[in-house]
Amino acid sequence: MPWTKIFSNQAEFDLALGGQGLRALSFREALVEAQRFLLQDDPRVLLMGEGVDDPGAIFGSTAGLAQSFGKDRVMDVPLAENGMTGVAIGAALAGLRPIFIHMRNDFLPMCMDQLINHAAKWSYMTGGRVNVPLVVRSIVGRGWGSAAQHSQALHGLFLHVPGLKIVAPATPYDAKGLLIAASRDGNPVMFFEHRWTFDYVGYVPAEAYQVPLDQGVRRRQGSDATVVAIGWMVNEALKAAAALEAEGVSLEIIDPRTLLPLDMPLILESVAKTGRLVIADTACHTGGTGAEIACRVAEWSPGALKAPVVRVDFPDAPTPASTALEKTYYPDAEAIAQAVHRTLREG
Amino acid sequence: MPQLSDIPPQDRRRLWETMLLIRRFEEHIVDVYGQQEMQSPVHLYIGQEAVAAGVCLHLRPEDYLFSTHRSHGHCLAKGADVFSLYAEFYGRAAGCCRGKGGSMHPCAPEVGILGTTAIVGGGIPLATGAALASKLLGQGRVAVTLFGDGASEEGAFHESLNFAALKALPVVFVCENNFYATASPIHQRQPHDDIFRHAAGYGIPAAQVDGNDAAAVYFAAREAVQRARRGGGPSLIEARTYRWKGHVGPSCDWENGCRPKQELEQWMDRCPLERFTQRLLQSGDLTEQDIRGTLERTDVMLARELERAKHSPPPASSEVWRHVFHETK
Repeated sequence: MPWTKIFSNQAEFDLALGGQGLRALSFREALVEAQRFLLQDDPRVLLMGEGVDDPGAIFGSTAGLAQSFGKDRVMDVPLAENGMTGVAIGAALAGLRPIFIHMRNDFLPMCMDQLINHAAKWSYMTGGRVNVPLVVRSIVGRGWGSAAQHSQALHGLFLHVPGLKIVAPATPYDAKGLLIAASRDGNPVMFFEHRWTFDYVGYVPAEAYQVPLDQGVRRRQGSDATVVAIGWMVNEALKAAAALEAEGVSLEIIDPRTLLPLDMPLILESVAKTGRLVIADTACHTGGTGAEIACRVAEWSPGALKAPVVRVDFPDAPTPASTALEKTYYPDAEAIAQAVHRTLREG
Repeated sequence: MPQLSDIPPQDRRRLWETMLLIRRFEEHIVDVYGQQEMQSPVHLYIGQEAVAAGVCLHLRPEDYLFSTHRSHGHCLAKGADVFSLYAEFYGRAAGCCRGKGGSMHPCAPEVGILGTTAIVGGGIPLATGAALASKLLGQGRVAVTLFGDGASEEGAFHESLNFAALKALPVVFVCENNFYATASPIHQRQPHDDIFRHAAGYGIPAAQVDGNDAAAVYFAAREAVQRARRGGGPSLIEARTYRWKGHVGPSCDWENGCRPKQELEQWMDRCPLERFTQRLLQSGDLTEQDIRGTLERTDVMLARELERAKHSPPPASSEVWRHVFHETK
């Protein structure tokens, strides 16, 4: 299916799908298109964030929107992350549907009081009488010495907080469909994007569509091992699968797309078939999404595993600046392939 | 200086009745709290009634109110239903939050109370955001946030004042300066106790008023709400007042050494309800008979609603898992 495919550039796309008359968009363009649609379709939608209207336009992901919709609806905000998150929540309570945008994940810790104590709990504390239709977009940085405060991926932190939904798209198709669904959802949705996916292209229909917030997708059919890959790691897993195929190893790749709710039936079905599970994440090792997925598989289908689960993720260390150290820090397709080999050896 | 006669007669009466309702609502809680059936940490408002009454009299049902852990008086003044509040404090299914919020998180969306936060300062940006929504949607609604002196130390307070001034939002910031954050006196926390002075840095009009004088609060709030309503932007009101009870629960702070008994007694001599009662007796707005009659009617109603709340059923255990997320109809 064309929407499950990812290409690193337009030429690759044209080679594979160009003959079918399908339209390619980059991940960045897909985000712009989703927001343009939302702003056009619903006067209650507004974008808020530091620099949403500046020439950089959040790595291009809000390009042209301030010009089209004005600065009341594509609103630059003061550098007051927690207070402004509260403002967005208050606006959501009172009838707007804000999309709050952070250029980096690393700015989320400044918003923790409003996200965790307020947005996440509001529906529950009010007995369901008042809800918070809020999307918080934030981008995971990587490379060029971005270092410890500009390259964190914090989705795992939020997994521990009841009341937040967590989305991590890997493809342009999902970026558009999940963002529209998130804005329509009526709950606070944390929307995690990886900077490296922004240039990747894929098939994106011109019309509006929603990708449900509780359905993962099988990116690749396989029989020997399952890789559950999150966000950017979907790309690394696909590369690993191509390399392993040459060795006669058949990899199945599951992209959960939303981490909460998590599509466990899809993961369990795959693990039941392959008996081997590798979890690839763009975040630190301990207490993260991979740990939760592994635990749920162990709890719900302990008999399905022929070998121990292997996690491929970042070391339990802040991100280093040096390019030389980054090479060691970031796991890649090779690391995934090694993990798959380990599950094959140990089972 | 405006006089009592500058307040329309029906507003004088409503101010007094609202203060009386709040006072007796809280005292009924004090009476039953020892039974240990109302299992919710109650932060009582006794002593501060003039602030809620004086501010909320200027608000319409569709105007927004964001409060704090000490919200009972605010909710009543804004028009929240007595039974649904008591039932909430008892953890009952009929409570305003289905028993999931308790005393610290009441909501009454039908009168503009969209929920209540118990994180100090947390409601200030929420009110600012509601004011942003009102302005962008062209609704003409005013948002009010009441908070304590402690909240003025939080970043959220300053971040909200900055943004509200920047966008000229229809929001009124009301600080009830009762000089204590839990047991910490303000002089241990701030270099001065004139909280209204913070507004100047943001170019926001501010007033410091005697929070135990219902008329003074009324006039300051009238000006601020009118300013917000006509598009004139935010205001800050500092109402200086005093909490008679402890930070939480029905006891008094002097009993555990948190503050001097003499200080409480001095403030009790300036009881906002008693002072306003005397003024209305002198002006002829009230008679002793009115007072007795209203008090009796209020007490009968409160006792009835409290009993009804106490004996209403608890939520089903399945409610634990409901409303974590918004349920679309």
